[in-house]
Amino acid sequence: MTLQVALQHRFAGFDLDVAFQAPAGVTALFGRSGSGKTTVINAVAGLLRPDRGEITADGAVLLDTARRVNLPPHRRRVGYVFQDTRLFPHLTVRQNLLYGRWFAPAGPGPDCDRIVELLGIGPLLARRPGTLSGGEKQRVAIGRAILSNPRLLALDEPLAALDENRKAEILPYLERLRDEVALPILYVSHAMAEVVRLANTVVLIEAGRVTASGPTATVLSDPTNAVGLGAREAGALLTAQVVAHEADGLSRLDCAAGPLFLPRVAAPVGTRLRVRILARDVLLATARPEGLSALIVLPATIRDLRPVDGAAVLVQLDAGGETLLARVTRRSVAVLGLTPGKAVFAILKSVSVADESVVSQPLAAGSARPGNH
Amino acid sequence: MTDWLTPDEWRAVALSLRVSFWATLVSLPLGVFVAYALARWTFWGKQLLNGLVHLPLILPPVVTGYLLLVTFGRRGVVGQTLDEWFGIVLAFRWTGAALAAGVMAFPLMVRAIRLAIEAVDPKLEQAAGTLGASKPWVFVTVTLPLILPGIIAGAILAFAKAMGEFGATITFVSNIPGQTQTLPSAIYAVLQVPGGEGNAARLVWIAILIAMTALLVSEWVARAVARRISGQ
Repeated sequence: MTLQVALQHRFAGFDLDVAFQAPAGVTALFGRSGSGKTTVINAVAGLLRPDRGEITADGAVLLDTARRVNLPPHRRRVGYVFQDTRLFPHLTVRQNLLYGRWFAPAGPGPDCDRIVELLGIGPLLARRPGTLSGGEKQRVAIGRAILSNPRLLALDEPLAALDENRKAEILPYLERLRDEVALPILYVSHAMAEVVRLANTVVLIEAGRVTASGPTATVLSDPTNAVGLGAREAGALLTAQVVAHEADGLSRLDCAAGPLFLPRVAAPVGTRLRVRILARDVLLATARPEGLSALIVLPATIRDLRPVDGAAVLVQLDAGGETLLARVTRRSVAVLGLTPGKAVFAILKSVSVADESVVSQPLAAGSARPGNH
Repeated sequence: MTDWLTPDEWRAVALSLRVSFWATLVSLPLGVFVAYALARWTFWGKQLLNGLVHLPLILPPVVTGYLLLVTFGRRGVVGQTLDEWFGIVLAFRWTGAALAAGVMAFPLMVRAIRLAIEAVDPKLEQAAGTLGASKPWVFVTVTLPLILPGIIAGAILAFAKAMGEFGATITFVSNIPGQTQTLPSAIYAVLQVPGGEGNAARLVWIAILIAMTALLVSEWVARAVARRISGQ
């Protein structure tokens, strides 16, 4: 299952021209507000008719302006989860969940009981949307979209309207969905934390253009994307395995780049986790440092250097096959003589776990992630 | 217990109820359709339709009655066709009174329903579409339940207006006891007789009673429905 999208649309003062492929798994459309992300999924769902375009999902042509094909929304089977949930106020939660069933094609659909359990909304079934909290509403909206037996799910910033606690409440459910429901998911977001935690594929959109797309780890650790991602957000995403919880409160995680030490991770030994290493948290040294309080020192080779803004340079490193990013000053580059091919040591000040859920299996075929051996 | 009203007076009350009931029931689907068109569609002649719907509200009722007479009378353009093709005669019949009452009440009904439709968030209808519902199904499963309080309010308002309609009715179908004499026409007829105020009072009380009952029932139903669909 692949979603293929090619769109051109002209608004007053804004040009959208995007083309990308979304393989199975979660594909994040990432970009600033106003970059055109929502327009893209509205076009996929049929809520907006672009000037020109071609959209195919699962082999079915949803839109082909050249051949005058334009399926109406109700025949596209794109399960849309709106930012503002849009639950039907006159129906109970149960009736909301089953709404799409009336119109779904005959044949086996998703198992209602399982989805209800997966989303933890069993106790809410008899209630009405007006009595639910924001997080509960969003879970019901997700369940409603899945139970309409769609070809793919489209989520438009489903967490943007929620506070941090509610976000933390929903994210694990989204992870479970990604891992257990075999549906491709298009996920619009401008929050990097959600992308690193959920996405297998990232499509970076800036001012109506796709500036990068590919497996999440690859896109995030490519210094050319640093500006689009926001310079503060530039960094590497790798998969590591918990190998030990040590007596002094640290957990040891192994990845291809070497051992990582983190404050006690709330996951059993053997768990595979996504960890995020921000470029601004990585120092470079030309010799193995001694007498240093930092615990994680990884040997690496410089692959590429890219000036970003003002005095900063992003250095892309190869550490045992993993890609790391370091943010250093131009002056340091000159003083240390940093050039591609040079052997250095990366000193990690901080590593964060991007994803607390268990990554027990490759998330999706075809989205090869470095470190997902 | 029926002897405190004359048989003609009883017939006037019964006729008024029948006329108002049918006027409301028959115009309701058209009212919902016109209200939806005015609230949601853009089409050529929309302002013209809007004006036409509201015309009976601002015209002198006797003018509306005259227009009905020349259109739906025996020799009227539409009246003649209805008579020849379907054997339907409206002039000087209770059905004509229902038509007059329906036309006069139509603007009030459409206004109430239109306001309800405009209050429905089109985003909900869009969401129903993405869940697989075609346009007609979206209307039946989402729009209609949400505008139900407006429809009820519009229907009751129209019923009350039809109960009170006088000018257009008397112009179009006259004031024939037992046939086209509605409650207001009967009150008018009684008042034409010197010293008839006492007799009129009984009919006036009945008119007030029916109007108040209609209002209270509509309030009660609308509140119950609003509670149901507010999502609480």
